[in-house]
Amino acid sequence: MNSSRRVVVTGVGVVAPGGVGKQAFWNLLTEGRTATRRISHFDPARFRSQIAAEADFDPLASGLTPQEIYRNDRFIQFAMVAADEAVADSGLDLRSGTGVDHNRLAISVGSAVGATMRLEDEYVNVSNHGRDWLVDPAYGSKFLYNSLIPSSAATELAVRFHAHGPASVMSTGCTSGIDAVGYGTQLIQDGDADVVIAGASDAPISPISVACFDTIRATSARNDDPEHASRPFDATRDGFVMGEGGAVMVLEEYTSARARGAHIYCEIGGFANRCNAFHMTGLRPDGVEMSAAIDAALGQAKIDPTAVDYVNAHGSGTKQNDRHETAAVKRSLGAHAYDISMSSIKSMVGHSLGAIGSIELVACSLAIEHGVVPPTANLENRDAECDLDYVPKIAREMPVDVVVSVGSGFGGFQSAIVLAKSEVAA
Amino acid sequence: MTRVVITGIGVIAPSGIGADQHWKSILAGELNVRRISAFDPTPYTTTIAGQVDGFDVTDQVDPRLVVQTDRWTWMSLAATQLALDDARYNPADHSPYATSVALAAGSGGNEFGQREMTGLYSKGPRAVGAYQSIAWFYAASTGQSSIRHGTKGPASVLVTEGAGGLDSLGHARRVVRRGTTAVIGGGTEAPLSPYALTCYGSSGRLTTSDDPRAGYKPFDKQANGYAPGEGGAVLLVEDLRTAVKRGSPQIYGEIAGYAATHDAYDPNAPAPDATHMARAMNLAIADAGLTAEDIDLVIADGAGVAELDALEASALRRVFGDRIGSVPVTAPQGFVGRLNAGGSALSVATALLAIREGVAPAVGNLDQPNPAYGLDLVRVPRELDLDVVLINARGFGGFNSSMVLRKVTAADLEDVAEEAIS
Repeated sequence: MNSSRRVVVTGVGVVAPGGVGKQAFWNLLTEGRTATRRISHFDPARFRSQIAAEADFDPLASGLTPQEIYRNDRFIQFAMVAADEAVADSGLDLRSGTGVDHNRLAISVGSAVGATMRLEDEYVNVSNHGRDWLVDPAYGSKFLYNSLIPSSAATELAVRFHAHGPASVMSTGCTSGIDAVGYGTQLIQDGDADVVIAGASDAPISPISVACFDTIRATSARNDDPEHASRPFDATRDGFVMGEGGAVMVLEEYTSARARGAHIYCEIGGFANRCNAFHMTGLRPDGVEMSAAIDAALGQAKIDPTAVDYVNAHGSGTKQNDRHETAAVKRSLGAHAYDISMSSIKSMVGHSLGAIGSIELVACSLAIEHGVVPPTANLENRDAECDLDYVPKIAREMPVDVVVSVGSGFGGFQSAIVLAKSEVAA
Repeated sequence: MTRVVITGIGVIAPSGIGADQHWKSILAGELNVRRISAFDPTPYTTTIAGQVDGFDVTDQVDPRLVVQTDRWTWMSLAATQLALDDARYNPADHSPYATSVALAAGSGGNEFGQREMTGLYSKGPRAVGAYQSIAWFYAASTGQSSIRHGTKGPASVLVTEGAGGLDSLGHARRVVRRGTTAVIGGGTEAPLSPYALTCYGSSGRLTTSDDPRAGYKPFDKQANGYAPGEGGAVLLVEDLRTAVKRGSPQIYGEIAGYAATHDAYDPNAPAPDATHMARAMNLAIADAGLTAEDIDLVIADGAGVAELDALEASALRRVFGDRIGSVPVTAPQGFVGRLNAGGSALSVATALLAIREGVAPAVGNLDQPNPAYGLDLVRVPRELDLDVVLINARGFGGFNSSMVLRKVTAADLEDVAEEAIS
């Protein structure tokens, strides 16, 4: 590992519930509005949870061609549009194929469930609405294989930006969005790439996904009040609210970003992931492994825990998660945990599985940029075991120099990443 | 730089269960592509596939876990156990953070997912079981292996279709170099269920032959598409120093070089030329500190699609130049089918066994080598002094990965021992 190669964020793009693009996203967050609502993608009447944070997304209006839309599942469409914004934001001219050394341009896309929506739609057609086990290929579309393999997301971005370096999809469930950016960071640190288009995307709001979380009661059933259903850290929380979206960041090696005069949002100081090796969906309340990830990420960044200003929480709004990560943050930051601001934007944009980790990193980059911490919406009464400062309901203006963002997911995965204002990191 | 080696092999493949069965089968030239038996394949593009016979998951995996997981994960769990047993490595003997899991995925828990969707659409939401949320998604095998073996080190799930096995092992090397001393890498695949096979069919790359002999034929004049297959391999990747120190029963070889590129040309069509596939090979060879002269054997991607075989031959000519006619090239996967992410992991297992035995296995199901390629294709198993083997793998859409494996010599081990003393 060549630790002298530092990694900075020079462009961000996002497609999230509540509006397409970083400006609409940031307005939603800083105004503390929520984008959770009754599901409109299909009739949810037969489901326990009937609510979600849906993106109002028009792929044509967002610049995709009819062929790109026809070929690709919604999650890839999100990724393409978010990547277009991030690349334009970075000032790099990548679509012409002349912007950088394209042999050293890499792609790292996270996704938890890939093209699940398209796969389900096509399944309904080929199975005669679930009647036939021996499904009939005659009713399948030409691009069905592109949906079966989620790696298509990395391919689409590679083709779009003529990226001939390493390309991959990272699919570690709900930590995919952090892990994909972390992997991209490692590619630059280790000298395998100079620029990485990194992010994550998921479009899981379809009957099979809603049903599978219904059956384990992981999602909120506050169907009569969807706007207030995602309630991280609140005593009355009853599960997460599913979301969808995508976010992409342009990562660059620091000296070359400086040399070209790029706008630098922040530096990625450290990234680490650990496993709890305990249970696919369960968490031990002590948060030991998430804490180990936080410690390792801060250690790589050479940043003392007392320098942390803001923790972007996983904050899914399930009973066990919010206690688990509160314990983890206390374990890593000690008494300083009570001094930091910690919030969950899932209260506003829902939990888009693998995508959310990257959406949150865009939020963190903007928090550093603007000196504003987004709030935790709907937080009325803290859970007694969640006793940190979760920035209830109203965004907070404050200097934000060092941010820790954490994620936790099915499989026992725990991830942490440290973002720092670039002059702060050593 | 930390040297990273492979100390354990676990194979679950159409050629056999366990490394020994696999090796004997491909050396004997057994064709293990047959008519699909799990269901009537008549309606599908292809009716033949590489199937793992005699795999009884309940021998190897707790029945409670079996019902929570797809066949793809059963194979991962079984192959992981084989690899750990082979290396005599028990994660419980080490710090939980010293071991991690980095299994690739290609297409997830296919049969499980189809069954749950059948329930949803034929009976309603309540028919969807509690395990759909943890069985279908691509991280299922890595997560379950981590839990089963108590590993808390950095986990990953790379998805790059057929290149995934190599990419996962390339990343495993990165994870070891960053301080996790043992990583479980590789991957398996289980696409032989009706819906997944339907999806595969739309790729346009499957053979339509009903006759296994006429089907998947890498580098043959009659190459006409591939037969899919199930299974793969899991490998234990370790820091050379800790492997020696703990007395690993064997060190199969070193991951000396690795690189990945992307054609970035068209999501569905092959690249116009072999530029980026050749570049992956050259980068991997350079990463190993070697030159093309040092390569003793190539285990090719061997797509079995004429256009793709021609591209790989062209890439090999770019890398080896005038020497191309004297570099042995093989593709034993012709005996078992194309196993998606599991396939490139299996190629690594095959390469390591070839290094150990000093024998290059033959190209599978090859009758008439396409003379236009100008390759020295291995027709029958060939005894060779194998020090360095190059492995290629491609993923649908334009992924190219290459890995260089090097034999670990007695002198290497003495160096490590001396380092430990000083």
